[in-house]
Amino acid sequence: MNDIKPAVEVRAVSRTFGGRKGASVTALESVDLSVAPGEFVSLIGPSGCGKSTLLRLIADLDTPTSGELSVFGKPARQARVDQDYGIAFQQAGLLPWKTVTGNIELPLALHGAGRSERRARVSELLELIGLTDFAGHYPDQLSGGMQQRVAIARALAESPKLLLMDEPFGALDEMTRERMQNELVRICAETQAAVVFVTHSIPEAVFLSDRVVVMSPRPGRITDVIDVSLGGPAERDDSLREDEAFFRGVAKVREALHGVPVAGARGVDTR
Amino acid sequence: MSATTATIPERALARGSAYRTVVAPIVLGVAMLGLWQGVVDGFGIEQYIVPTPTDIWHEITDNLGSIVDGSVSTGLNALIGLVVGALVGILGAIIAGVWRIFDTIVAPLVAALAVMPIVALAPVLYTMYGADKETARQIVAAVAVIVPVYINTLRGLRQVRPVHRDLMRVYAASARQQQLAVTLPTAAPYVFTGLRVASSLAVISALIAEYFGGPIGGLGKSITSSAASSNYALAWAYVFGAIVLGLVFYCAALAVEMFFTRHRSTP
Repeated sequence: MNDIKPAVEVRAVSRTFGGRKGASVTALESVDLSVAPGEFVSLIGPSGCGKSTLLRLIADLDTPTSGELSVFGKPARQARVDQDYGIAFQQAGLLPWKTVTGNIELPLALHGAGRSERRARVSELLELIGLTDFAGHYPDQLSGGMQQRVAIARALAESPKLLLMDEPFGALDEMTRERMQNELVRICAETQAAVVFVTHSIPEAVFLSDRVVVMSPRPGRITDVIDVSLGGPAERDDSLREDEAFFRGVAKVREALHGVPVAGARGVDTR
Repeated sequence: MSATTATIPERALARGSAYRTVVAPIVLGVAMLGLWQGVVDGFGIEQYIVPTPTDIWHEITDNLGSIVDGSVSTGLNALIGLVVGALVGILGAIIAGVWRIFDTIVAPLVAALAVMPIVALAPVLYTMYGADKETARQIVAAVAVIVPVYINTLRGLRQVRPVHRDLMRVYAASARQQQLAVTLPTAAPYVFTGLRVASSLAVISALIAEYFGGPIGGLGKSITSSAASSNYALAWAYVFGAIVLGLVFYCAALAVEMFFTRHRSTP
């Protein structure tokens, strides 16, 4: 393993979508970004700022119009073929005809892992997400939060060193969301994976991230990168949500998003 | 929390409405039979014009063996036609799903098959395959089945959700793996809907095909020969057999469909 290579390296990447009658939309314009191994980076910005597009480019679900993109020093396409990353979307996207176990082991089964190996890995992951009792359940028997946890377990199935997450908690209620954030901090600490996390929730980005990348739309580009680093996983619990440092981080990200200073950290809406 | 219990349709849970869904149709059916009996008896209508339900019931009990044999004979033709037609329809749809050009090529043929009264082919097929064989009837049933199965399966194959498509790409899955892991299971409920529609069509086609010739013994032949000898109560008794046979096919297809779609309520 070469730890010097960044988990994700984005250099001068642009993505233009061709519209009808020659009209085109610039979703991303000359974006530069580097994510270190084990680092948690959030992409935040209003709708249309290209944060999901950037994630899809890293995942090689889309190709840049210009610029260079590498994952662990390889082209994005090679990294995808080599299964160097795991991914979770806003929709859990579980296969409704498979059980929780069947869903988690899907990538393992597709890549030819043996039955006993799959079962062992699934039981580890079920323990990690706290759903051991639900191994034989079908997705329609689970709540939204449970489904999303299964999707995260599926993303972690092959122990990737990079986790790509596109608003994975976007469809969840606030209480479930905070609990899932706590779990994600713990899971990241256990797996040591780098994470690129797309969100439009400021507190979520501040709570989870080492760095928050602020983006703006039309054309989509990075306007600011804010270091938050609120400490190791041990300190990141619910008490952090009421900590002065957390509020300061929220205020900083908010200022960067709106482009104007917000008077004081008090009265910060933590939604 | 409700996450551990399987979802049960509210209709089945509400006691009052369940009572109504079962009892109300039975009451209506009994009333209709009573009215039928009353009108025929009351106005002294001749048995050869309209037989009473009790006449028909006597014929059913007297000829139960023959009705059952006829149902088995017709049912077997329908079943063979259903299986063959379903295989052709599903395979055709998979090919059309993979190669769009195939869909374009066969679209006019499918449209022609959909509007053609397939039983009208029966006399031609009897000449081709021999009037002493069941083959013609099985082909008629199979052809009738192909269209609804093909159309429904093809539609199902195109319902793959974008998030599942993305996942398969992320996993660098081969075309074959994608078919097996996502595309075919996504299509499954649609295939079963097609089969449910086709199951009734198979019975109707196999039975009507008997009107145009071929060996005796099936329900269709028995209906025509009873009617030809003016034994209308007996003809009705065979019609009753045909209704039961059609229901058996339909309910079996429905049961299979419900079993395979039991976890599809939420994505």
